[in-house]
Amino acid sequence: MNSKLTFTRRLALSAMGAAVALALAGPAMAQANKVVVGVAIPSATHSFTAGIVYWANQAKADLEKAHPGLQVIVKTAGGAPEQANQLQDLVTVNKITTLVIFPFESAALTKPVAQVKARGIYVTVVDRGLTDTSAQDAYVAGDNTAFGKIPGEYIAKALNGKGNVVALRGIATTLDNERMDAFNAVLKQHPGIKLLDAKYANWNRDDAFKVMQDYLTRFPQIDAVWAADDDMAVGVLKAIEQARRKDIKLVFGGAGAKGMIKTLIDGSNPLIQANVSYSPKFIYDSIKLTAEARLKGEKLPPTTIIPSVLITKDNAKSFYFPDSPF
Amino acid sequence: MPQVPADNPAASTARAHSSAAAAWWGRLHGFGPVLGLLLLCIAGTLLNGNFATYDNVMNVLTRTAFIGIIAVGMCFVIISGGIDLSVGSMAALIAGSVILFMNAMAPVLGSPIAAVAAGMLLAVALGAVFGLVHGLLITKGRIEPFIVTLGTLGIFRAYLTYFSNGGAITLENELSDIYSPVYYANLLGVPIPVWVFLLVAVLGAVILNRTAYGRYVQAIGSNEQVALYAAVDVHRIKILTYMLLGVCVGIATLLYVPRLGSASPTTGLLWELEAIAAVIVGGTVLKGGAGSIAGTVVGAILLSVISNILNLTSIISVYLNAAVQGFVIIAVAFMQRGRR
Repeated sequence: MNSKLTFTRRLALSAMGAAVALALAGPAMAQANKVVVGVAIPSATHSFTAGIVYWANQAKADLEKAHPGLQVIVKTAGGAPEQANQLQDLVTVNKITTLVIFPFESAALTKPVAQVKARGIYVTVVDRGLTDTSAQDAYVAGDNTAFGKIPGEYIAKALNGKGNVVALRGIATTLDNERMDAFNAVLKQHPGIKLLDAKYANWNRDDAFKVMQDYLTRFPQIDAVWAADDDMAVGVLKAIEQARRKDIKLVFGGAGAKGMIKTLIDGSNPLIQANVSYSPKFIYDSIKLTAEARLKGEKLPPTTIIPSVLITKDNAKSFYFPDSPF
Repeated sequence: MPQVPADNPAASTARAHSSAAAAWWGRLHGFGPVLGLLLLCIAGTLLNGNFATYDNVMNVLTRTAFIGIIAVGMCFVIISGGIDLSVGSMAALIAGSVILFMNAMAPVLGSPIAAVAAGMLLAVALGAVFGLVHGLLITKGRIEPFIVTLGTLGIFRAYLTYFSNGGAITLENELSDIYSPVYYANLLGVPIPVWVFLLVAVLGAVILNRTAYGRYVQAIGSNEQVALYAAVDVHRIKILTYMLLGVCVGIATLLYVPRLGSASPTTGLLWELEAIAAVIVGGTVLKGGAGSIAGTVVGAILLSVISNILNLTSIISVYLNAAVQGFVIIAVAFMQRGRR
């Protein structure tokens, strides 16, 4: 697919003549002292990606203010093919010297990113790892293992090692599998906790509402729900409220959406007792770290993990960003 | 009855029969999906005894109400030979606009109930306006409906994303409490959305089978040229059809908003395909000319029953959910082939 894209692009480019040929010679032609950072991220399709877009634009505003001469270009894509096209545009049109990318899909973008790196552009990959790590210079990631492990441990402790749990999964991706595997690994150590079922609800409020309704129909006794995402937790809470079920003691979301953090701070819902951080703010940190390192001509460590931590009422204040859409 | 020459075999279906025969036709047409639905319900009950409980049946019917109401409007559009790909995005944009409107109007009007009522009216009005725009672009602008609505599919959703900054637009708590009975309350033990769904379906069936407008819609779908020669105001009928669908989307949305009290860029995702699938599974032909509201209703219920059964069992791998739905849709369509 990508080779086809390059082919059509080449056709277009060859028609555009020598000016483009110069551009294709890449960043070597660009002024060596000027850092142009291209940021490629998924477009805002749900709260979490909306947060990603918000924080990426925050990083652009802050960094361009702090470092005159630094240019940050943010591109959002609705799918993997579109993101691959944007990479080519960033290289040929915007002449970036540095790329920070939150890949739409791991496998599909590995080759396009490798081609960017082959041009001598410094590449930082965020969150969703590529299938071939030689295509990147640095990797910054949220902690998906902890994202599943922390709720598992919290639920096991809250139920005193005995009870029925249902889980909702996001979209079938490697990242979702990592979270689920980590959650299951914890439950293995607590034979008294029974995972009744784990169905996909696509990180979507409406789908979560339906899946939870059906769980409630199917299972007469549920002690805790791992909703695995704060958007899905919204749907789960509504379904529980509608069914007027009193057996559920705990609903554990994830990623620390501002609405849920506010609920934690206010203590307004007894079912919401804790959360786990996975803030879209890590895109801000990644852009900042990369841009500042490049300005000094330094490199980042090959892997940086932004840890996911347990959020409870006590520390919720430091995870509350009312201005962010997430 | 429009004076249309009956020498066109494709056009003869709907008009050559009296309206009583047309109703009978609809029933015959609906037989395939009814059989499919019966088989599914038997399978569901065997797999999980909770399937046939009253609460589960009501849950499924309430969920179906949104897609079902939209599918009734979609049925008219498809019978007239058109299509609307934008209904999911339209529902999302209407939901977002209505929530923003209610939040803004509550302090102005000084009464949350008035704000909710005004918002509900706005939902229907917006739907009608969007439908009017579609109709004008398709008839006066002479652009293919597929293209017009593909364009607005992107436009509507993008504007919702813009209004919400990509996050969620949420109804204020006080308003949410007043509004939530519209989705959650029961009348005679049946949830409100199910009643509305029933009402829309009955009205739709009456309009399609018992009014001149309904016959014109079918005539245009069978053969637009012939309808034109028979002095049918094709443009007006088409515009009305897209407006009718827009109103249906508005009604579906005003029932949807109180459920979660929020709209986000994922609201109404793929509803257009579900609505079109409900219409086609229900025995309406995609190229237009004839169709059945009863079949459409059964088709919509059938689609939600599939996912409900999948949620109530663990025997099928979750990765295969979409495949099961695909198999059932094709199997039901297969049962009523030969109606082309």
